[in-house]
Amino acid sequence: MNLLMDAPVIDYGIMQPILVVLGAAVLGVLIEAFAPRENRRNIQLVVTFGSLLIALYGVVTNTSEKHVGLGAVNSLSIDGPGLFLQGVILVSALVGAMFLAERDIDVQGDAFAPQASALPGSEDESEFTLRGWLQTEIWPLFLFSVGGMLIFPVANDFLTLFVALEVMSLPLYLLAGMARRRRLLSQEAALKYFVLGAFSSAFLLYGSALLYGFAGSVTYGDIVTAIGQDPGRNGLLIVGSLFVFVGLLFKVGAAPFHQWTPDVYQGAPTALTAFMGAATKVAAFGALLRVAYVALGGLRWDLAPVLWVIAGLTMLIGTVVGVAQSDIKRMLAYSSIAHAGFLILGVIAANPAGLSGSLFYLLAYAFTTLGTFGIVSLVHDASGEANNLGQFAGLGKRSPLVAGAFALFLLALAGIPLTSGFTGKFAVFAAAYEGGAAPLVVLAVIASAIAAFFYVRVIVLMFFTEPQGEEVSVIVPSMFTQVGLSIAATATVILGVMPQPVLDLLNNTFFIR
Amino acid sequence: MHSLLIGLPLLGAAVLLLGGKRTNAWGHYFATAMSIGSFLVGVASFSEMFGLPAEERSIEWTLTEWISVGSFQVPIAFQLDQLSIAFVLLITGVGSLIHVYSIGYMEHDANRRKFFSYLNLFVSAMIVLVLANNYLLLYVGWEGVGLASYLLIGFWQHKPSAATAAKKAFVVNRVGDIGLSLAVMLMFAFFGTVTFAGVNEAADNASEQTATWIGLALLLAACGKSAQFPLQSWLLDAMEGPTPVSALIHAATMVTAGVYLIARSNEIYNIAPTAQLAVVIIGSITYLMGAVIGTAKDDIKKGLAGSTMSQIGLMILAVGLGPIGYVFAIFHLLTHGFFKAGMFLGAGSVMHGMHDDVNMRHYGALRTAMKITYATFGLGFLAIIGIPPFAGFWSKDEIIKVAFSYSPLVGVLTLVGAGVTAFYMTRMMAMTFFGTARWDDDVHPHESPKTMTIPMIILAFGSAFGGMLLLFVADIESWLEPVVGFEHAHHAPDNAILIPVTLAVVAAGAALGWIQYATRDVPRVAPADVSFLTTAARADLYGDAVNEAVFMRPGQYLTRSLVYVDNKVVDGAVNGTAGFVGLVASQLRRLQTGYARSYALMMVLGALVILATAVLVRMS
Repeated sequence: MNLLMDAPVIDYGIMQPILVVLGAAVLGVLIEAFAPRENRRNIQLVVTFGSLLIALYGVVTNTSEKHVGLGAVNSLSIDGPGLFLQGVILVSALVGAMFLAERDIDVQGDAFAPQASALPGSEDESEFTLRGWLQTEIWPLFLFSVGGMLIFPVANDFLTLFVALEVMSLPLYLLAGMARRRRLLSQEAALKYFVLGAFSSAFLLYGSALLYGFAGSVTYGDIVTAIGQDPGRNGLLIVGSLFVFVGLLFKVGAAPFHQWTPDVYQGAPTALTAFMGAATKVAAFGALLRVAYVALGGLRWDLAPVLWVIAGLTMLIGTVVGVAQSDIKRMLAYSSIAHAGFLILGVIAANPAGLSGSLFYLLAYAFTTLGTFGIVSLVHDASGEANNLGQFAGLGKRSPLVAGAFALFLLALAGIPLTSGFTGKFAVFAAAYEGGAAPLVVLAVIASAIAAFFYVRVIVLMFFTEPQGEEVSVIVPSMFTQVGLSIAATATVILGVMPQPVLDLLNNTFFIR
Repeated sequence: MHSLLIGLPLLGAAVLLLGGKRTNAWGHYFATAMSIGSFLVGVASFSEMFGLPAEERSIEWTLTEWISVGSFQVPIAFQLDQLSIAFVLLITGVGSLIHVYSIGYMEHDANRRKFFSYLNLFVSAMIVLVLANNYLLLYVGWEGVGLASYLLIGFWQHKPSAATAAKKAFVVNRVGDIGLSLAVMLMFAFFGTVTFAGVNEAADNASEQTATWIGLALLLAACGKSAQFPLQSWLLDAMEGPTPVSALIHAATMVTAGVYLIARSNEIYNIAPTAQLAVVIIGSITYLMGAVIGTAKDDIKKGLAGSTMSQIGLMILAVGLGPIGYVFAIFHLLTHGFFKAGMFLGAGSVMHGMHDDVNMRHYGALRTAMKITYATFGLGFLAIIGIPPFAGFWSKDEIIKVAFSYSPLVGVLTLVGAGVTAFYMTRMMAMTFFGTARWDDDVHPHESPKTMTIPMIILAFGSAFGGMLLLFVADIESWLEPVVGFEHAHHAPDNAILIPVTLAVVAAGAALGWIQYATRDVPRVAPADVSFLTTAARADLYGDAVNEAVFMRPGQYLTRSLVYVDNKVVDGAVNGTAGFVGLVASQLRRLQTGYARSYALMMVLGALVILATAVLVRMS
């Protein structure tokens, strides 16, 4: 009996982005342990931005050299779409990190509590605030989350998928509960997020187990083969895949698994909401697309009715309930639900155009989401962020630049031509139409019209309504936020005016397994 | 290198507009330098082209991909050939002179920087228009010059009349633009391409009907931009703009774009005699209308505007004649560019010396006070009425000749027009520079500064020798022939008969004008007891009244009824829907209880529902 195993050959180059980000996260933990408090923030910033840039460089070189393939003994599938998604996640993380690093908006420090362990409102807390402490642990947590997101859309088996899901989610649960202001709300949101997230993970894990029971393997490729050999559609297969979908649909915020979204978006520190809203959505849709197109592609006809129902429900709930919101962050949360519905059309399309359209949509959506929440974080009244819609009245006169940028992002979310949102929506809708989902496309267009109402309402408030009551002010942020917002705005315009290079990049790319 | 033709003035506009107040001190010099730079590039391109054999003179280059949708491929591509270089030289040459002139003319204007940035913007847009190698890019330039024209007409927007005039020009031009967009769409629908080369090639096999429709659509476009009947009304009001603008945009260059468009589309018109006939008719009407309006205007700029309308009508008439006329239309366009721009600058110089008074009844006997202005304006005058050997004689005479060969009726019309032209130009000359001084007491006429007179002198040289240079040195007939085609007219009257007859008609018109306005006293207030024709001409031949009765009032009625329908029906439906959505929303949001337990329950229910759906699908 040969006790020696052949060591697996691992292509480290293809995994460079993941390894760098996770390595930097581990390094960040060590920094927290050993570096003196006053230097920690600066070191963490260098490590965070440095690792994200190196990882992005890795993604770009892998893309340009067409360095694609299965990695880490077939548990990762780093292909064209995977690289693209990793790139989008890294860029979102960079912009998100700029917002997280902002210290000029709140006079007390950054967006996070000085010590998360101190009770809200306690003497300890005011003591830590006075000392100007910062919770620099957010940086390693942030990097772990980014690392999980980088794995999530390229996972090539259900176990890796599950591990990535947890690596990406757990730090977010923590971060969401650490807002400096309104911390009780923040903690409540974090707890809800955690409990419901755990619940959905259970669905995903149970679904994976059932699929293992069906195919004898958790690898996507093996499941495809097994589906091909089972024309009768085993019950394990159907129930297992639906449960996997439930887990993924929870993460993307699709109805009826969406209810955590408004509470968490509202409760979390706005800078984190910006990052989470963009990057989680990209990572989760990446995974959903891969599972739907690759692993369960053979079940297309069995799953389509379910997805139709969910897409329709998500679009309608997101837009209709969004109309009734009076809090800007909750409104944007419902908008994110509606966008999840639009994006499911790209999953339903089940054709190459659906994939490339969805990927473009995700890129555009990431930038607009970062931009909108970045701007929301700037508008303040005496007690902190001014999130009531009415407080945005007359903003256009006092801060035309900020209000103008906000209007740009809102128009992009609404999908007005010459913004990135239009191109993305058009690509996804056209693909879904081709894929035979014409009634859903009609519904999506109607939903877009309803959504346009609440986006444009904010613009009307900002530019055509006289301000009433309490004055709000727009804080002039530091370079971090300024650069972040400029990147988001520039990308939104460029992707709207000249989408062709990105579309060309996406046109000939497809999943491998 | 050729892209610099557009790039330099565009850079100038960008620097001045984006640089803001920082560029106030030197912005106008910078803009002028950019324009002159563009002219020098034009001269270099021309001399390069001059050295090449005829078939190698046309060059094309592509800047970048622009629109690429399925089979609809439009790059940003340019074409520099014998026709476009002529325009480039006219635009940048006259443009540069007018930039220089404006340095003096706009010296005390608070918004001088803005003025120069708009001028630069105009020059670059106009060059895009004439360099585009396809109709869609031409459209970009077409709208660009329209924008610049709008901005410059309304430059003194504090005057309500200027603001209104700008709006009017904008609206009327939109009507013409419908023609151009229709033409582009028709070309794509029938030929599958919008490039000049592609359309020319496809035109060979096109049906006459197709060509006629395209030709008529293009004619509508030309009517808007070139102020041809029935879209002529904006040009007279456009004189509200600063005078250098009137000289450059509303006399020498932009308003001739319609002529360019039709000449450029010659392959379409050559197979569509009906469209050609329409062109001739429109041109003739405008030619005479403008001339009649010119006879009654006391405002020197409006008089010149009527004359511009009329002269462009003559060019349009000439391009309608087909291959016998294209060359001469362009020829006249170039000479007209010189003498009309020169006269407008002269008018500006007169106004400059007369406290911005434009009423010629307050002028008189200015020839001694403003010698240079008098001399340069006089050369322009001799050129426009067609006295040999000045520029206008050569071009106008040729047009009259080919008009006779086309149809005696058209020939006679052109001859009549020439007589009327001589009359109103003599009237203008006499009222301004001769007769007795009728100045206001506080007016002390004086010659303008050198920055203004030197451009006028250069343009006067053009008025004097431009015709001979173009005809004998540049040999414009064979120069343009590869682009627009050229045929010698058959049955044309002999020069030995035609020239004396023309000169006699011109002399008669001029003599009439002289007797009436130089030898008799001109009243300072316009007499009211005048013939019906004079009253009509003073009212621009009721162009505005017709527009108001035929378009404006029914249009207002239509908008009012549509607003009613919109308020009652459309808004009702919209508000109803919005109310319904709001109602549903307020019910649905109750599901968002805030309790994690109910959220979890919802997830379970959701999972059960989708399981049930999947089971139902399997069973069905």
